Amino acid sequence: MAGAHAEPLAHGHDHGHDEALHHQFEDIGQQNESYLVGMWTFLVTEVMFFGALFFTYTLYRLNYQYDFWVAHEHLDWKLGAFNTTVLLFSSFTMVMAVQSAQLKKRSHVMRYLEITVACAFIFLGVKYVEYSSKFADHLYPGISFSTDPKVFGEHGFVNGVPMVNMNHAQLFYGLYFGMTGLHAVHIIVGIGVLTALWRLWKNHAKSVTVDYVPTELVGLYWHFVDLVWIFLFPLMYLMPTPH
Amino acid sequence: MSATSIGTSEFPKQGQEEVNYLNYDHTLRSWLTTGDHKRIAILYLISTTFIFFLGSLAAGMIRFELTSPAGVVLESETYNKVFSSHGVIMVFFFLVLALPATLGNFLLPLMIGARDLAFPRLNLGSWYLYMVGAALMLSGLIFGGIDTGWTFYTPYSSMYSNTQVSLVIIGIFFSGFSSITTGINFIVTTHKMRAPGMTWFRLPLFVWALYATSVIVILGTPVIAITLLLVVFERLFHLPIFSPELGGDPVLFQHLFWFYSHPAVYIMILPAFGIESELIANFARKRIFGYHFVAFSTIAIAGLGFLVWGHHMFVSSQSMYEGLVFSLISFLVAVPSAIKIFNWTATLYKGNIRLQSPMIYALGFIGLFTVGGLTGLFLGSVGTDVHLTATYFVVAHFHYVMVGGTMMAFLGGLHYWWPKMTGRMFNDGIAKWNAVLVFVGFNLTFFPQFIVGWLGMPRRYHYYYFAPEFQPYNIMSSLGASALALGFLLPAFYLTASLFNGPKAGSNPWGAHGLEWETSSPPPVTNFLETPIVTDEVYDFDPVSEYEQLRAAQDLLDEGGNPGGSY
Repeated sequence: MAGAHAEPLAHGHDHGHDEALHHQFEDIGQQNESYLVGMWTFLVTEVMFFGALFFTYTLYRLNYQYDFWVAHEHLDWKLGAFNTTVLLFSSFTMVMAVQSAQLKKRSHVMRYLEITVACAFIFLGVKYVEYSSKFADHLYPGISFSTDPKVFGEHGFVNGVPMVNMNHAQLFYGLYFGMTGLHAVHIIVGIGVLTALWRLWKNHAKSVTVDYVPTELVGLYWHFVDLVWIFLFPLMYLMPTPH
Repeated sequence: MSATSIGTSEFPKQGQEEVNYLNYDHTLRSWLTTGDHKRIAILYLISTTFIFFLGSLAAGMIRFELTSPAGVVLESETYNKVFSSHGVIMVFFFLVLALPATLGNFLLPLMIGARDLAFPRLNLGSWYLYMVGAALMLSGLIFGGIDTGWTFYTPYSSMYSNTQVSLVIIGIFFSGFSSITTGINFIVTTHKMRAPGMTWFRLPLFVWALYATSVIVILGTPVIAITLLLVVFERLFHLPIFSPELGGDPVLFQHLFWFYSHPAVYIMILPAFGIESELIANFARKRIFGYHFVAFSTIAIAGLGFLVWGHHMFVSSQSMYEGLVFSLISFLVAVPSAIKIFNWTATLYKGNIRLQSPMIYALGFIGLFTVGGLTGLFLGSVGTDVHLTATYFVVAHFHYVMVGGTMMAFLGGLHYWWPKMTGRMFNDGIAKWNAVLVFVGFNLTFFPQFIVGWLGMPRRYHYYYFAPEFQPYNIMSSLGASALALGFLLPAFYLTASLFNGPKAGSNPWGAHGLEWETSSPPPVTNFLETPIVTDEVYDFDPVSEYEQLRAAQDLLDEGGNPGGSY
């Protein structure tokens, strides 16, 4: 990926490139490649960061399959699916922003970034609704965590017999809030980064307008955040009925 | 990089070499906003030295307490906090970053012929992250301390400890991100910033070591970051991740913790290996024996290091088969480590050895690390480890690696590159005796701990009245610690003194080989006045090849290749 554009850019020694070039680099090609390797390396650290969480989730779900399934029944898969769609769409608009940056269409870049940020806010809004319903039903872990299996509807309480270990349900919601919470933090950081990028484009900053790579870096981050949700959504919302 | 960008017109010209990275601007502001990797290395050197002396103070209190079987001054609670402080400070705020962030930061661009690291602002940011982390950690220690040890085992740390665990962990979280940003910076710099002609196999072995270290950092540190964060979540937000009473698995914490913290041992020792290779090659004036093997053994240690964490958990509810597999893989790590030891030793053979102070440290390193490594095998085999777990044998083992290895190499490297960093030569006579003092003091401190650990003295106890026969060993250990403290303090004085009255060091006071010695001391702001082009091999001391080059030139003349051609 880095090599593909390095060659033509490396020879583009126009005035704009000199202004966007930092002193430690020989030319803009080296600078862009460094940016991209740096971003991908950073994403590797993010994969390890979330990887430990997914590992923990896998272990506990293997241990407590049925309890996790009953506990997940309280999550609204329709809201989750809606949010998935919103994030996927925002990834599309992010791609279009990068594409427009390549074509140096400044107004298009700004428009697409605005839509991307709007999607991020919609996502957080839906998350707020979801979190609120969990708090309302005392599904936030801690001493106030619900002791009543009926909170999980028909599957939690069959023929007067509780079907779920509420301790394990609490474990599930601990993971739910921990993992979606950290993902939401990444969304919020993404909003900040996208807004900063938007401002740079608005101010005609040479650091982003001369070359599309800075915009692409933000795009890579945003796709990663999207991708984490692509894994979170089926793991949290779409469990198959255990046999 | 507006704060630090240097236009070509501002490059120091020939004859103005006195303009260097230290004296081009003297304001404090210019230091605190610098993007120059050399200045950031100095900032790191000052702050990690300060942290190191705090950690040593805690070590001194431990050694004082243990001079008597009944303890001397500290109560159990206080003692727990003191050894926890010692561990947290030394592991998370000194060892994992002192070598990469000071010597590595200073030398990586110089060694590969670059003007700076790829991301100077990120580099400065990492120092600020470190300072914020250290401030949080120290405030945690001041406002109550922690009593969990540096390992933070759950559920004690997450459910029961009433000390400042959260504050200290958040501090560690910050310093972890400081390591991660440095790691990213080093990886990108090594890949993308090498000077023309600086191929991968012309890289000095210190660069290979820093690269392998950075790979471990970026793969391992995020895992400890999230693991410790989960402990904080459990303490502050009641997310019951490791809570056994709700069905959580406290041993999962140990797995995640050691998944980072065992590779972290290699984060601490690999840069030391790199420095050791530089010292051995340059003071034996000989190309390192088996350069490729040493380089690849570095990568092998980094890779294998991720597969051995279970040897910390032989007695933590692991199955016997798990234990055997982890034991086997742990033994495999001994192979690349031994390759290094043998290759350094082989480099010494028929070398033109110069016993200056960095070389004394380097030779001490070989001995101490060998002891540290070999005793690791006792702990890596399940049978003996069950007997030795949580005894002073373990303490002695990892101090032989961390202090005998990493600290010896750090001091050796600091002496070796000190003239490059400061432009001043220190008193090599004192420095040599200091190296001997550190070696003797170190052995006196930690060798008795092998014996007393073998006899069964448990670690982390603040008394041993049940076995007063351990006292002579502990007295020896505490005496050695005093000598060691002197050995760590003296360099602070004579190195600092050299700044004021040391003779000016030329660009290459040791007659060493490497790009960093081809620029002036201290280097100019942009490291090199013009981008170097590398044409010779690394550690190109080989007298045979030098002789052959002369012969080849002579042959060319004899064949009439002389353009003059008149005789």
